[in-house]
Amino acid sequence: MLTLEGIDARYKDLQALWGISLQVGEGELVALIGPNGAGKTTTLKVISGLLKPASGSVLLDGRSLAKEPAHKIVELGISQVLEGGRVFTGLTVLENLELGAFGAKARKAKDDSLRWVYGIFPRLEERQRQRAGTLSGGERQMLAIGRALMSKPKLLLLDEPSFGLAPLLVAQILQMITEINRLGVTVLLVEQNVRAALELTDRAYVIENGRIVGEGSGEALLSFESIRSAYLA
Amino acid sequence: MLQELAQKLVFGILAGGLYGLAAVGLSLVFGVTKFLNVAHGELLMLGGYAAFGLFTLFGVDPFVSLPVVALLLVLIGFVLYKLLFARMVKLTEDNKIKNTMLVGFGLSLILQNVARVLFTADDRGITTTYSGEAVTLFGVSIPVVRLASLAVALICLLALHLFLRKTYTGKALRATVQDWEAATVMGIDIQRVYLLAFVVGAALAGVAGALVAVCYSISPTMGLDWTLRALVVMVLGGLGSIMGTFVAGLVLGVTLSVVGGAWREIAALLLFLLVLLLRPQGLFGAKEG
Repeated sequence: MLTLEGIDARYKDLQALWGISLQVGEGELVALIGPNGAGKTTTLKVISGLLKPASGSVLLDGRSLAKEPAHKIVELGISQVLEGGRVFTGLTVLENLELGAFGAKARKAKDDSLRWVYGIFPRLEERQRQRAGTLSGGERQMLAIGRALMSKPKLLLLDEPSFGLAPLLVAQILQMITEINRLGVTVLLVEQNVRAALELTDRAYVIENGRIVGEGSGEALLSFESIRSAYLA
Repeated sequence: MLQELAQKLVFGILAGGLYGLAAVGLSLVFGVTKFLNVAHGELLMLGGYAAFGLFTLFGVDPFVSLPVVALLLVLIGFVLYKLLFARMVKLTEDNKIKNTMLVGFGLSLILQNVARVLFTADDRGITTTYSGEAVTLFGVSIPVVRLASLAVALICLLALHLFLRKTYTGKALRATVQDWEAATVMGIDIQRVYLLAFVVGAALAGVAGALVAVCYSISPTMGLDWTLRALVVMVLGGLGSIMGTFVAGLVLGVTLSVVGGAWREIAALLLFLLVLLLRPQGLFGAKEG
């Protein structure tokens, strides 16, 4: 479904990604793991169009996204949850969700999508009239994910959905992500919590210093010596 | 004595409504785009001359011509945005403020001088057949044109409020104010949101300018005063609250009117400093985070 080929990306003079290539197949749940500053978030931004690569190509179902602006890429079926969720705190939960269905096509299916999202996160329905700023950390993350689902994406990009949450909530959120994947949404997950990520994903890529340094099934990577010593010690 | 104070209070409120209207346009543009358009007062000036021209050349009542003036300012705003401001969208917030201030300053000089060439430097005002009429209430005189202008200002702000709360586009605007990057990944084209905010801000300035021409007077150099007042009111009211900005306009209007004389500008600036010291988020603004 998604193919990245030889992506170089830079912030002004600083090159952040060096020849990144990766693939995510239809229906897969793929993790991208690596230390802080390795380029995980940058990779997601290149896919969602927030950052345009210096070279290389991003293909969605064979179609190049190079010339598409970020807001168009959402309509093509890629939805991103930014690091920290970034819900609109001054707007209500319902307004946040409505904005998730901003594109013309998504807007038509809004009521349907809303029922679907409330089915996954019943808590959001209970709180729909509340301002998003009054939600707890876990609820905000649910809202961020729910909002991203409102565009009925083919591919969901998740940037550290468990960051800053209590361990119990982390397990809950990761559980919900598997659930969403089972409902047919392809997921590319960036996660600090390496063990949990590897346990629940089909495949994972390891990224260090802006380069892909490893790839394999979650199980295989878990038993990989350098991964064990670097992330799981 | 009491009567005199009441009269000043009423004049202050009537003027304050226009300060509020002028400030809401500036505040909307700044909130959404982080463009500090210091030529906002010149947009008021253009609105004033547009209404004046329609009245003197074609005899159109200034309250009737308001939609035309608004539309004209939308057009002017569109051209200015595409020509000057669109290229600054990608800058960081700091640089946006600095660059738009410089561009706005240059623009205000150009517009002032063009206006001087086209309309001469004379003070102008729109005098309709009902301009002299006033309602007297408990010995306090309320000129009808100023009362009607206050009503128009209120209607504009109410419409803007409803637009921002109830429509999809309005919600997209509020989302962009909070977090443009998150708005982008919702599929919102923030370039279009910026343009929309800018032209709506220009239209509000145009309407305010037309009302100034009816209630007071206009001149090619009126812009700076109005930009400064709008800035003061914007900060007083706190960003993001339309009604807060309107009330702050009334506060400034009453302060200027009650103090009067040479002390009025000093009093207004003292009020401004006091609010900045004690409530930096503005009278009605929410604290960050």
